[in-house]
Amino acid sequence: MVITILNALIAVVAGVAGAVVLYYLLNKIAELLPDRAEEKVKPYFFLLPALAAIALYLIYPAIQTFVASFANRNTTAFVGFDNYADLLTSSSFQNTLINTLLWVLIVPAVTIVLGLLIATLADKMKPRGEKVAKTVIFLPMAISAVGAGTIWRFVYTANPPTQDQIGLLNGIKTALGGDPVGWLTISSGRLNSFLLMVILLWAQAGFAMVLLSAAIKGVPTETLEAARLDGASELAIFFRITVPQIRSTVITVFITVLIGVLKTFDIVYVMTNGNYNTNIIAVDFFNQLFTNRNAGYAAAIVVMLVLVILPVMIYQVRQFRREEAAR
Amino acid sequence: MAAITYDKATLQYPGADKPSVNALDLDIADGEFLVLVGPSGCGKSTSLRMLAGLEDVTDGSIRIGDKDVTHVPPKNRDIAMVFQNYALYPHMSVADNMGFALKISGMGKEEMRKRVEDAAKVLDLTQYLDRKPKALSGGQRQRVAMGRAIVRNPQAFLMDEPLSNLDAKLRVQTRTEIAALQRRLGTTTVYVTHDQVEAMTMGDRVCVLKDGFLQQVDTPRNLYDKPDNIFVAGFIGSPAMNLVEVQLTGEGATVGGKPVPLPRSAVSALSAQNQTTATIGFRPEATSLTTAENGIPFEVTVVEELGSDAFAYGSFPGAQTEAGRERLITVRIPGRNVPMKGETVHLQVDPESIHVFNTETGKRISE
Repeated sequence: MVITILNALIAVVAGVAGAVVLYYLLNKIAELLPDRAEEKVKPYFFLLPALAAIALYLIYPAIQTFVASFANRNTTAFVGFDNYADLLTSSSFQNTLINTLLWVLIVPAVTIVLGLLIATLADKMKPRGEKVAKTVIFLPMAISAVGAGTIWRFVYTANPPTQDQIGLLNGIKTALGGDPVGWLTISSGRLNSFLLMVILLWAQAGFAMVLLSAAIKGVPTETLEAARLDGASELAIFFRITVPQIRSTVITVFITVLIGVLKTFDIVYVMTNGNYNTNIIAVDFFNQLFTNRNAGYAAAIVVMLVLVILPVMIYQVRQFRREEAAR
Repeated sequence: MAAITYDKATLQYPGADKPSVNALDLDIADGEFLVLVGPSGCGKSTSLRMLAGLEDVTDGSIRIGDKDVTHVPPKNRDIAMVFQNYALYPHMSVADNMGFALKISGMGKEEMRKRVEDAAKVLDLTQYLDRKPKALSGGQRQRVAMGRAIVRNPQAFLMDEPLSNLDAKLRVQTRTEIAALQRRLGTTTVYVTHDQVEAMTMGDRVCVLKDGFLQQVDTPRNLYDKPDNIFVAGFIGSPAMNLVEVQLTGEGATVGGKPVPLPRSAVSALSAQNQTTATIGFRPEATSLTTAENGIPFEVTVVEELGSDAFAYGSFPGAQTEAGRERLITVRIPGRNVPMKGETVHLQVDPESIHVFNTETGKRISE
């Protein structure tokens, strides 16, 4: 333990000192240049270490992955588009794609609806009640997905009918006179996938609620009062006055959650490891790489994932810029 | 269009120790332009919001026409309101802003467009119908807010300081336009402002409020000529009326060391009320310059030249009390004969134009 702490300390000190020495040297080198050149070159010298780190840790692996997606399982030889062909013809990957698509279609939309609902209802509460409600709903955000999985395991777990049910859902079901069910094994109608989505919704609703609530509070009260005098019902006010005015926040939250969904791995990995027809792209990638040790195939999966996320990312960046410009 | 009645309407916010609006009794005739005026915190906006249904009346009632609307939600009151910051819907075009109420009421598209276009023509907004509020100037936004009210043809217009976000010149111009528009439409209007000039120039009648209490409601002329109490006297008129506390003598009072006669009826009324002092008020224009032996000595400290005439601010050095000597007095002087700063001139106050108030109660004495 002591050694670990010492190691950490040494690493921090050495790291900071190293950075200082590095920048000092870079500065010295720049000063060797003639004055005018020095002025021009210096900024780039200072950017250099950061750029190098990004290139080393982000750009190089990305390119490497892209290249590997055209290689065989040990990345010793190129196989052309074989990996992609295999992927797109494999029924299990199609299944994975359908699941991922369901996650993408359902979770962000439902998160928004839940977030709006909670934010609106909380807004109507007394300040103290609002604070408590929001804290409780936001709390799951602080729990890691693995932790969340453990918690929800207790909700979905099933014991043989002869034993007591410790799973909440089965507890309720048997109390009502039913038989216990292995919830996470039921793939008909993709029930188990939906049950897994509930976990992410539970974790994300708080995030959506906080942002949307702030936006709702930012809507000028007078516009709501004006609408009220214009004869609009509360429902009409919500959909025609409030929501349009917080549109940009809704989109931001939607896209943030969407990206989170595309990257979702841990919930599915912990709960079912992609079995019972619940597989999604990220879990599939992990298993291909580390269980099946098929690097080429895994890389192809990841490239597919990037291709799916990229347009969304571009849209989000644009949206952010538009919002900034509108301010 | 309808008459409006406040019947002992009271609003006390939960936790407040006194009501924001206290038993307000007010009858507004059909088609009347009534202005609610008072200093900030007097309850004028609150009174208006009670009429709109945006605040809950805690006691008493409010009627629009024959209908008791005390507990009717705003959307069913058929009134239109113009807000101080206009409260335009930022995501809608000007046309949609103006047509929103009509759309909600389920009016057909054709009829709606016609009404919006008619209103836009009246308000000179036709070329801006497709713009968003953000792309409009302050004055244009104000007109859109007006347009939103008039397309509905409601029972009444409520306006909450609609001019306070405009610059001075535009405010004066828009003031006239609103008053003219109201005369033409003949819609009952309740207008809130803190600006007594706006109140005097626009209202058929003006209602002065202070601390949640109705002070006086009357025509602008009567408010000016016969203020009911010291507050109204000091609030209405610009520059304000001079209010001086004086010692009573047999047939009058001493102002700035000189005797000033007061109406016999006022003197006897004051003595009947056991008063030895009174507060007298005279407007800046009720004074004139006179000779040394007849006038009250007046030491000029500041002169404001306005061209046609000038206002001189100063004090009465001959006053009996310290407070009387320090009291700043405003007098109007014809523009051609203006005293210098620091000069002492002699004033006489037109006895006909003197207002006498009971100092203790603040109530008016003289007829």
